[in-house]
Amino acid sequence: MFGNYLPMKPKKVLILGSGALKIGEAGEFDYSGSQAIKALKEEGIQTVLINPNIATIQTSEGMADRIYFLPVTARFVEQVIIREQVDSIILGFGGQTALNCGLELEETGVLERLDVRVIGTQVEAIRNTEDRKLFVEKLNEIDVRTARAVACSSQEEAREAALNTIGLPVILRGAFSLGGKGSAIVSTREELEKVLPVAFSGSPQVLVEESLAGWKEIEYEVVRDGKGNCLTVCNMENIDPMGIHTGESIVVAPSQTLNNHEYHMLRELAIRTVRHLGIVGECNIQYALDPASDEYRVIEVNARLSRSSALASKATGYPLAYIAAKLALGYTLHELTNLITRRTSAFFEPALDYCVIKCPRWDLEKFTGAEVKIGPEMKSVGEVMSIGRSFTEALQKALRMVGLGVNGLEPEAFEFENLEYELQNPSPKRIFAVGKALESGMGVERIHELTGIDRWYLYEIDHMISLGRELKKHEEPDETLLRRLKKEGYSDLGIAKILGSTETDVRMLRHRWHIRPVLKQIDTLSAEFPAETNYLYLTYHGGETDVRSSWRKKVMVLGGGPYRIGSSVEFDWCCVNSVQAARELGYETVLVNCNPETVSTDTDTCDKLIFDEITFEAVSEIYDMEQPYGIVVSVGGQISNNLVLPLHQAGMRILGTSATDIDRAEDRHKFSSLLDELGIDQPKWTEMSRIEDLPKTIEELGGTPILVRPSYVLSGAAMTVAHDESHLVNFLNRAAEVSPDHPVVLTKFERNSKEIEIDAVADHGEVILWAISEHVENAGVHSGDATMVLPPQKLYLETVRRIKTIATKLAEKLQITGPFNMQFLAKSNSVKVIELNLRASRSFPFVSKVTGNNYIREATRRMLGVRDPLVNKALDLDYVGVKAAQFSFSRIKGADPTLGVEMASTGEVGCFGENFHEALLKSQLSTGFRYPRKGVLLSLGPVGDKYRFLEPARILAEMGLKLYATPGTADLMTEEGFDVIKVGKSRQPMEPMGLDIIDRGEVDFVVNISRDYDEEGRPDGYFIRRRAADLNIPLITNMQLAIAIVEAMSLYKEEDLPIRHWGDYVLSGQ
Amino acid sequence: MKLVLEDNSIWEGRSFGASTGFEGEVVFNTGMTGYVETLTDPSYKGQILVCTYPLQGNYGVPEPEKRDGLPWPFESDRIQVSGLIVTRHSERHSHHAAAKTLGQWLGEQGVPAIEDIDTRALTRLLREKGTMRGKILPDSDSQNRATNLPTIHMPEVVDLVSCKTVQHYKRGDIRIALVDCGMKRNILRSLLKRGLSVTVVPWDYDLASLYDEVDGYFISNGPGDPKDADVLVRNLRELLKRQKPVFGICLGHQLLALAAGADTYKLPYGHRSQNQPVQDLLTRRCYITSQNHGYAVDNTSLPHDWDTWFVNVNDETNEGIRSVSGPFASVQFHPEASPGPTDTAYLFDEFVRMIARSRFVNVR
Ligand SMILES: Nc1ncnc2c1ncn2[C@@H]1O[C@H](COP(=O)(O)OP(=O)(O)O)[C@@H](O)[C@H]1O
Ligand SMILES: Nc1ncnc2c1ncn2[C@@H]1O[C@H](COP(=O)(O)OP(=O)(O)O)[C@@H](O)[C@H]1O
Ligand SMILES: [Mg+2]
Ligand SMILES: [Mg+2]
Repeated sequence: MFGNYLPMKPKKVLILGSGALKIGEAGEFDYSGSQAIKALKEEGIQTVLINPNIATIQTSEGMADRIYFLPVTARFVEQVIIREQVDSIILGFGGQTALNCGLELEETGVLERLDVRVIGTQVEAIRNTEDRKLFVEKLNEIDVRTARAVACSSQEEAREAALNTIGLPVILRGAFSLGGKGSAIVSTREELEKVLPVAFSGSPQVLVEESLAGWKEIEYEVVRDGKGNCLTVCNMENIDPMGIHTGESIVVAPSQTLNNHEYHMLRELAIRTVRHLGIVGECNIQYALDPASDEYRVIEVNARLSRSSALASKATGYPLAYIAAKLALGYTLHELTNLITRRTSAFFEPALDYCVIKCPRWDLEKFTGAEVKIGPEMKSVGEVMSIGRSFTEALQKALRMVGLGVNGLEPEAFEFENLEYELQNPSPKRIFAVGKALESGMGVERIHELTGIDRWYLYEIDHMISLGRELKKHEEPDETLLRRLKKEGYSDLGIAKILGSTETDVRMLRHRWHIRPVLKQIDTLSAEFPAETNYLYLTYHGGETDVRSSWRKKVMVLGGGPYRIGSSVEFDWCCVNSVQAARELGYETVLVNCNPETVSTDTDTCDKLIFDEITFEAVSEIYDMEQPYGIVVSVGGQISNNLVLPLHQAGMRILGTSATDIDRAEDRHKFSSLLDELGIDQPKWTEMSRIEDLPKTIEELGGTPILVRPSYVLSGAAMTVAHDESHLVNFLNRAAEVSPDHPVVLTKFERNSKEIEIDAVADHGEVILWAISEHVENAGVHSGDATMVLPPQKLYLETVRRIKTIATKLAEKLQITGPFNMQFLAKSNSVKVIELNLRASRSFPFVSKVTGNNYIREATRRMLGVRDPLVNKALDLDYVGVKAAQFSFSRIKGADPTLGVEMASTGEVGCFGENFHEALLKSQLSTGFRYPRKGVLLSLGPVGDKYRFLEPARILAEMGLKLYATPGTADLMTEEGFDVIKVGKSRQPMEPMGLDIIDRGEVDFVVNISRDYDEEGRPDGYFIRRRAADLNIPLITNMQLAIAIVEAMSLYKEEDLPIRHWGDYVLSGQ
Repeated sequence: MKLVLEDNSIWEGRSFGASTGFEGEVVFNTGMTGYVETLTDPSYKGQILVCTYPLQGNYGVPEPEKRDGLPWPFESDRIQVSGLIVTRHSERHSHHAAAKTLGQWLGEQGVPAIEDIDTRALTRLLREKGTMRGKILPDSDSQNRATNLPTIHMPEVVDLVSCKTVQHYKRGDIRIALVDCGMKRNILRSLLKRGLSVTVVPWDYDLASLYDEVDGYFISNGPGDPKDADVLVRNLRELLKRQKPVFGICLGHQLLALAAGADTYKLPYGHRSQNQPVQDLLTRRCYITSQNHGYAVDNTSLPHDWDTWFVNVNDETNEGIRSVSGPFASVQFHPEASPGPTDTAYLFDEFVRMIARSRFVNVR
């Protein structure tokens, strides 16, 4: 087998992961990495993985043989190579992070020196795709057209190219970056000047290119083996044309508007290009296609697994990453089998008999000041995939899955001040603007002109909307109409809303006429061959279900839905572990999820994968078909948790803690009286439904600051801390929009409190596993953004004891069976409860991997009634785990990169150390922190904080760093005898200005802590923080964290940080 | 309208083409694009086609455009499929080249079509029970008893689709005869594009009579059972005794095999798709091909002086043969694509090379 293209079978392979989830690099790489590891292990090859992302499945027991929770940077990778003596490295499974790291290792000669061979696509091919200039040259050699462009390495060159060589409009694009970072379409000179510095900050080379905005954007996923066999697995068409990043576009597979000639012209070009580049494994090629002719341009080739390839795998059932890993080992395509049919070979192109839609999920509203527009840069944080047998069925499903609280493409879902403007200047809501425009009779032609969206999609949507209008004429639909509505993707709830009836009414009507969805298989060959596949979706376009339900005892697990701020890969880890635990006990597992970036939706994770909505309608239909023993709702995060009551009320069996008890914890009033009843302290809070009551309410709470929030949300949408009354009034208007039917909840904000979390598993009210983690940042920084330490370092024993007691009391009272999580405020010895989540939480993978007790596995076993004795290992750990948040501020233009009670991070890492400082540094280095070498810019906020930072400042000075500070800070520090350069901020012009020294690259670390607000209501220091984020300069905005990092740096030089794998710390680790 | 199958299953849907009935063999195709090319492929003559891809007609139907002197992208001068079954067709299409909707086109050409049918379930049935005959009937026929439905007598189907007169296409100095058994135009285009002068002859033409005028023969695709075209098999046998290149595609491949003394048989449900993987047994290279056939060459029946050239990677059926003793070869799949992938277009170059070589040898 080996030898076809690889002369020698590798013995030990190093796989680079992609690190924390960030915008542009998310869960898809957990999926592809996990598949690669499986594929290599099957061959008896040892695998070593470097990935600090502790919430991933690839960094779990039973995956890679050795796991390093370390930064994926050349320095650490080199040391792991030395320690592990690996003979090969594979670069294509960890996104751009891994690719760039691999390039660096090769260019600096490390790979050669250590005799490590790159398997799969070779570095030269990678370079030819990444370096735009080489890329264009390569493609010219085979007569494949690329956009007219000039690669520039300075701003002057770029200016010349944009204005003269190419001519405006142009698009600026960074080489060696991902998610279109630094890309911008520029039509005027002024715009050009603004964008140039930003473009060059992210990439040493910038491409000035003719603008192809408005052309169709098409992608192909290509695989090629070392012998040159090559095929395209799937093509995809962006509904939003060129100019909107594929990650920001609604995407359809297969293409809908290409005829045979166009489809196969692009396919042939793809194969020609990939052969010429010499890819071995998988890659993705993107085209622009003129909607009015055969003209095309190749936009780019990604010589690695990508977000699109994860999508293509899920869309077709073709396991791209798995196959790519096998190809890297020298297999040829036809030697591998099609894992879906199990009787045909992997050398085939899937034929789909359904339509797939990917829809991005954005969270831009969470960022104050963020520009709510989409374009050539990626800003979305997650995505969903829907499957249907008509375009509209899939589209409406997708829009429901995204979790905006809509029932599909409801024309009235959102208000638009100026519809035409909205259509022309796209925001995440554009598709709803299209719906609204069609509803209000704007006409397909005009909408096409404004949006560039192909008319075919508009016709389909128009047809669907007109059916909704038809329904409005009826009090009750007749059978034919109801059937047609369901085929167009209307949900029961959506229909009920139009009719003014209830979901139950519509459901009953539907059942009376036997209008039920059927389960269809995704079998890669459109039923041409019998397939044993367990990969299924629901559709109302069918008369027959493909698979019968078995007689085995089943457990149904609800997945986490799209990744978004507040809920991402950690819940996927929980789902996968829960499914595994149930499988181990002999249950047949049925998993429902709709996120293509996940491992839970890998066909071999569970016995039956239903790729569909996590809504009452879908879940109850599946329940009826499958008749499971029960449903696990507590591992998928808040979406599934919110279904508990309706599912329970409809007679479905919920496993673990009872639905009514879950509701007692979720409902603020019920929970509050429960706490009172048990004598447990909580921050003072009250509910207010009239703004006139405000002064009285503030008084009741004992004055500001006050935390404002709506109930029943996960990660604090529209939650804020108001420091005075006027601020509060301002904010309330915004919050009211979030849930008009719900009054606002006002809570006394506890200043200078520590925040503590407990993650636990209980069984019939008895707590059997628990771990207490401490936040580095004081309360007020959302627990998802905070730096968590396990075991806690600075807690009083008494505090720990009280927390344990509270958790025990509540578990007992609510008869908890399964996972739960609580957050506390602690000041001196007093402990107050923030909240109780009767489900798995974000930190479950972290505590499981740090303690060595798998919390989800245990929780699932308990929910299924299995009790084995176990030891809670959290109690004596002789090492420390630190979890740190990853922010993606540089991608969210305009957003203030600061921390508050609203969660803002997109991902996280978890690292180990002998002590807190070691683990902290590793975790920070994993999320983009770099040891400063030049200078530090300090803005230290309130006076108290300024004094507190004097000692750390001294350390920084001793490290030989030049200190810069904004006026207030500088004055105080000078007084204290520091040698510090005073710099101006926006409100106090002086020489030099803070922004200038950042631009000039004189500082490489910014500590900026602020509480005041400027005239525009932006916190002071916004511009400095923003610039630091834009230029990728490490930025810390929290005092406790800043102190801890500086302390740690004084104890460890970067090269002194020990290189240890998971198993070195945790016995059960790998 | 509805489709009633041999096994008495009834598939009800909405009519969107002509409202005439039809009786014929029901087959399925898994291609995701290319309905214009597919529907005009004469190999479908007499068949009712089920599309597994649910959305059809999205980019409408274009006006014919002249490419290599032939109307493009139509594979013949009319819709050849005798009935069409889909899940959903586009009432409104979108493409810069579109001139009419799929429904209009079907209507104009008198071809019945039904939508709103679970084509996946139908396909599974055909796969399990094998290809069946079926009737397209109006809803009004509540007894499903219609008799005298239009149909096509399959043994004569090749005669029906083949040209009646000889046509000349003049290009370069290499001249070949192309036998039209229901030829797809892209075969002709592919040959012309390579500078060959082509004489298209009817299927039953006396091929040996052209021997001195041409440098090689090309046998096209076509509908039906190869064993029904015994005139052509006999004619081919004559050619195999000599040394001028003969190349066949699809039906042409099966006929060449019969002429060589091999046997053909009916597949349970045929290969009709654009994603059939084949492997060249000599080079081990694999290609994705477009296919449309219900009969196949029996690999085990090949005479000793013939080799299997290509096999199907999925089910190991024969996909091509090659003679050891003369310049004769043929493939089951469609190197001319249209619709489908163009991976094997190089075979036309191979044919040109065969001619060049044989000219050289013959001169010597
Ligand atoms: N020449 C161009 N004109 C207009 N838009 C473009 C052009 N090139 C790229 N884009 C848009 O920018 C997006 C990002 O570009 P791409 O090269 O794919 O970067 P990334 O590596 O981030 O995927 C594309 O998806 C496309 O919508
Ligand atoms: N009363 C309070 N005083 C100070 N900080 C608080 C208070 N309540 C909540 N917080 C902070 O706000 C964050 C988010 O609040 P929480 O109720 O946990 O929202 P979510 O449901 O989004 O997790 C907490 O992690 C904590 O840092
Ligand atoms: Mg791209
Ligand atoms: Mg919380």
